[in-house]
Amino acid sequence: MMRERHLNLILLAGLLAIPVWAWITDEPFTITLATRVAILALAGVGLNIALGLGGLVSLGHAAFFGIGGYAMGILASHAQNYDPIFTTPFLFEGTKSMPVIWLTAIVMGGIAALLIGLISLRTSGVYFIMITLAFGQMFYFFSISWPAYGGEDGLSIWVRNGFPGLNTLDPIQFFALCFVLLLLALGLHWTLARSGFGLALNAARQSEARVEAAGLTPFRLRLVAFVISGMVTALAGALFADLNRFVSPTMFAWQMSGEIMVFIILGGVARLCGPVAGAALFITLEHWLGGVSDYWHVFLGALLLLVVLFARGGLIGALVKKEPAHD
Amino acid sequence: MTEPVLETRGITKHFGALVASDAVSLDLHAGEIHAVIGPNGAGKSTLIAQICGALTPDAGTVHLEGQDVTALSTAERAEAGIARTFQISSLAMEDTVLQNTMLGALGAAGKRPSLFRPILRDRALRALAEAALEQVGLAERRAVRVADLSHGQRRQLEVAVALAQAPKAFVMDEPMAGLGTSGTHDLTALLDGLRTQAPILLVEHDMDAVFALADRISVLVYGRIIATGSVEDIRRDSAVRDAYLGDAA
Ligand SMILES: Nc1ncnc2c1ncn2[C@@H]1O[C@H](COP(=O)(O)OP(=O)(O)O)[C@@H](O)[C@H]1O
Ligand SMILES: [Mg+2]
Repeated sequence: MMRERHLNLILLAGLLAIPVWAWITDEPFTITLATRVAILALAGVGLNIALGLGGLVSLGHAAFFGIGGYAMGILASHAQNYDPIFTTPFLFEGTKSMPVIWLTAIVMGGIAALLIGLISLRTSGVYFIMITLAFGQMFYFFSISWPAYGGEDGLSIWVRNGFPGLNTLDPIQFFALCFVLLLLALGLHWTLARSGFGLALNAARQSEARVEAAGLTPFRLRLVAFVISGMVTALAGALFADLNRFVSPTMFAWQMSGEIMVFIILGGVARLCGPVAGAALFITLEHWLGGVSDYWHVFLGALLLLVVLFARGGLIGALVKKEPAHD
Repeated sequence: MTEPVLETRGITKHFGALVASDAVSLDLHAGEIHAVIGPNGAGKSTLIAQICGALTPDAGTVHLEGQDVTALSTAERAEAGIARTFQISSLAMEDTVLQNTMLGALGAAGKRPSLFRPILRDRALRALAEAALEQVGLAERRAVRVADLSHGQRRQLEVAVALAQAPKAFVMDEPMAGLGTSGTHDLTALLDGLRTQAPILLVEHDMDAVFALADRISVLVYGRIIATGSVEDIRRDSAVRDAYLGDAA
């Protein structure tokens, strides 16, 4: 039994040490696996801001993940074809620059989250789950039926996008980028959780009437949380597409939303590093069990059931001692 | 006569055929405790819900320092200075006593809460919250989770959160609910001292507490106020005896 802070440090140090070791021993595939973990954990950190802090059980976060993916796909495919996205009213060209792609993904993810949130946050409970699921599926079917960007087949990008001063084709350098972004997102979650906003948001999850009676508006708090959450998950989507050099409608599929939620449940809801632990466990299981049996999802399902029934705090909850309430 | 701090004018609310509030007009003046008593189902909680904004009246208006606040939301009324406590404790159970109290202070500050500044380092808010906890006698328990508090301490915390809002008027729905004799005694003493900070509209079942505290009493029966007066007036009122007090008076 240890403190959560120490476990978080161990987790992040592990996520850093494994690819560094793989780099020294020249095992690029392991670096790619670790990069997957970092990116999926980032998507999870995004959802955790809505789900963990705000109690918003969104089953539509694939919408933001996919928007990030397509932001990258659309910008990069136009750039690689030397074909501007549009010319009127002004010239808008594609780009292979990661910072520009990330910014676009974050902004588009935020706008989508604002629109989806404005509607779906008027509901709660099962209705909220269903309506976010429905929005996610809308994006999924739209991407399938939009031939300009590959439709069902998706879009391939020939060369990974660039970052000033780095060689992003080098797996360890791309991992480093993803890892730093993950740390920044964790810092954001940590900061929000300690702020007045986080206090009120978290209280609204527990007693909506209390928060209103104190003069704050739960809807507004949740909308802000949902937008931030969508932005972070969209950024992860852009990185994920860049990792695979490919984006397709599967990024929008409800299974993706489910997977992001599974990371959080496995790792521990509302735990800062829950998504990191969950994504690492998920990828490890997928890698090992996927090699043993095509039906590895059955094992995953069983594990999930065990966590929900016997370890509500997830992996992190099981490993840390109950924190004394802090003041 | 000075303007009342809080006032309802002809508040009426129907639930289907049931008249839960029947043209209720009452007022609350600076420095007083105005108790509202009445049998179960008389419409006391419904009245409070309309004063605080959780329910919209079918007719009638609510005024805070003369301003019509009927169109304002619960949160806006709280910001304007109405602080309520709940009949059934409504607190963030996983959070600490201090965090809950900070929530009251945060709402009263009137600004949007910051996304980035650590709330517990905000000196002004923290001072408000600590003072409120000191006053209700929970200062020692500030770092305890609400889930680990006794029922009586939760009732005290309800008052502390409202107090941290630095309100213009308190509206309390049965603050003594579920308290034992000593708990009721302590809370009575606390409320007694509170009226100078802001007047209290007090809905309460415990008659000893009401008679000890109230400057004025209104009696609500079937959604209608059948009498308003001093403790003595109400004790003597025969209609009140028949409708409600029975032997208690
Ligand atoms: N939301 C509602 N819908 C229908 N009837 C209600 C509702 N809320 C309260 N009532 C009814 O209104 C009456 C007054 O209730 P309430 O205000 O809770 O009484 P009190 O607090 O005085 O015990 C009761 O008969 C109750 O059943
Ligand atoms: Mg009641």
